[in-house]
Amino acid sequence: MKTVRIGSGAGFSGDRIEPAVELAERGALHYLGFECLAERTTALAQQARRKNPAVGFDPLLIARFKAVLPAAVKNCVRIITNMGAANPLAAAKTVAAIARDMGFKNLKIAAVEGDDVLDHITGSDLPLIERQGRVSDLAGRIVSANAYLGVEPIIEALAAGSDIVVTGRVSDPALFAAPLIHEFGWGMEDWDRLGQSMVIGHLLECSSQVTGGYFADPGYKNVANLARIGFPLAEVREDGSAMLTKVEGSGGEVSLRTCKEQLLYEVHDPAAYIQPDVVANLSTVSLEQVGPDRVAISGGSGRAKTDTLKVTIGYLDSYVGEGQISYAGSGARARGQVALDIVEERLKLTRVPIEELRLDMIGVNAVHRGAAVGSYPEPAEVRIRVVGRTQSMADAIRIGNEVESLWLSGPAGGGGATKSAREVIAAASTLLERDVVKPRVSYEVVS
Amino acid sequence: MRLREIAHARAGDKGNISNISVIAYEAGDYAFLAEHVTVERVKAHFSDIIGGKVERYELPNLGALNFVIHQALGGGVTRSLSLDAHGKSLSSSLLEMELPDPQKERDR
Repeated sequence: MKTVRIGSGAGFSGDRIEPAVELAERGALHYLGFECLAERTTALAQQARRKNPAVGFDPLLIARFKAVLPAAVKNCVRIITNMGAANPLAAAKTVAAIARDMGFKNLKIAAVEGDDVLDHITGSDLPLIERQGRVSDLAGRIVSANAYLGVEPIIEALAAGSDIVVTGRVSDPALFAAPLIHEFGWGMEDWDRLGQSMVIGHLLECSSQVTGGYFADPGYKNVANLARIGFPLAEVREDGSAMLTKVEGSGGEVSLRTCKEQLLYEVHDPAAYIQPDVVANLSTVSLEQVGPDRVAISGGSGRAKTDTLKVTIGYLDSYVGEGQISYAGSGARARGQVALDIVEERLKLTRVPIEELRLDMIGVNAVHRGAAVGSYPEPAEVRIRVVGRTQSMADAIRIGNEVESLWLSGPAGGGGATKSAREVIAAASTLLERDVVKPRVSYEVVS
Repeated sequence: MRLREIAHARAGDKGNISNISVIAYEAGDYAFLAEHVTVERVKAHFSDIIGGKVERYELPNLGALNFVIHQALGGGVTRSLSLDAHGKSLSSSLLEMELPDPQKERDR
């Protein structure tokens, strides 16, 4: 029976590069997917592109392709990635230039565009999803709007013989599901097969999060050799069943518990995991450990796709100013509290217009939240953190300044003061009629 | 007994919504989890940080519960003022939840 082997070379833009090279060299792969596009990345990339039309793609694209291309070309591993970000065409041209520089020949590189729907979103009054409000609330501040494309333009590119497919915004699982659908010829209304392909894609899309990353908890969940963690690969059969594993000898683990955690990661209703091509059902999935670092995945199902596509809108939200300073030794927590009280009062006295203020004590309550906070012994040291939202950079800067002034005017022994201020490009989401979104594919050839 | 003794968890974010999976280490503990780790208890556990509803999805075949917590992330990862803007650490926080001792429950 035909088997397709597909690996995951990246689960976020800053992911490690060596595990992807290891997969290309030793994974006996047919395909290698790289998922590198977070929610707000496209907005930042769009801003970069406006300043320079030759950029706007993933900043690590060049390093990743230089590292992976030799093994990928040698072993005929086709690459699919959303590293095109806001400029897939420039990304494809750049990949072609790298390939020529490295002396490779006979490569076809596809650029998938059409996710940019800024013209359709600007001036619309669609409701936002996953938060309150409407698109019109963001009027005048929108910098980008990109629809999540599905598998079809990637399949078109593969059917045209592309060795490398570079996209902008597509659904993350689609990067991995598209080659499976292409290879096995599954129908675009074969909802159960499409659903299972999204299960496989979802398990692969975050790279090491299914091979023991974001998982270890000493004494409860011990994982060996995390510094050498292997990225996942799936051996997929024509009936859609898959074996999830990693390159032998790499670190980490592939087990029922790593697969269960990743299966539900960023999922709401498991029976309705909405993708551009199908509404997948993860609740019917069966997992079986069939050997060391080998888990069989089957039973994913699905039903007909929705009439809309999810759109991520990047917009200028606000400015954020922040300051931090540390206190140590006996009474550290009490001195930290005095410091927080001083800064809070100073910001009022000096009338800094702050929309939202957060006063944290790192080591006590800055990260940890919920009912259990407060049930711990006195910390040996604390670091206070004051962070506030403003409508101007000048006001944001004043927040850090008030923390910095604790050097001289705060409680005893304050050390390591730092401050920062930044513009916040935030992401919001809405749903757009799918018919108005027109994906298109173009090609660069290295002859 | 803390939830951590019988289950592991992972948090994920979408917009201003956090989801936290709670997965039994042993399949036999799933019914106990489903009985005690309720929407009400999770809502109370995070009462100081969440502004919206809490939903629970049951996955008996995985021995897992999936909690979806609305208005949980200070506006979402891209604008939250929180040091942990994704709310990744909410999973560890949830595992601190105190549960009845299962042995005593059985003897009851």
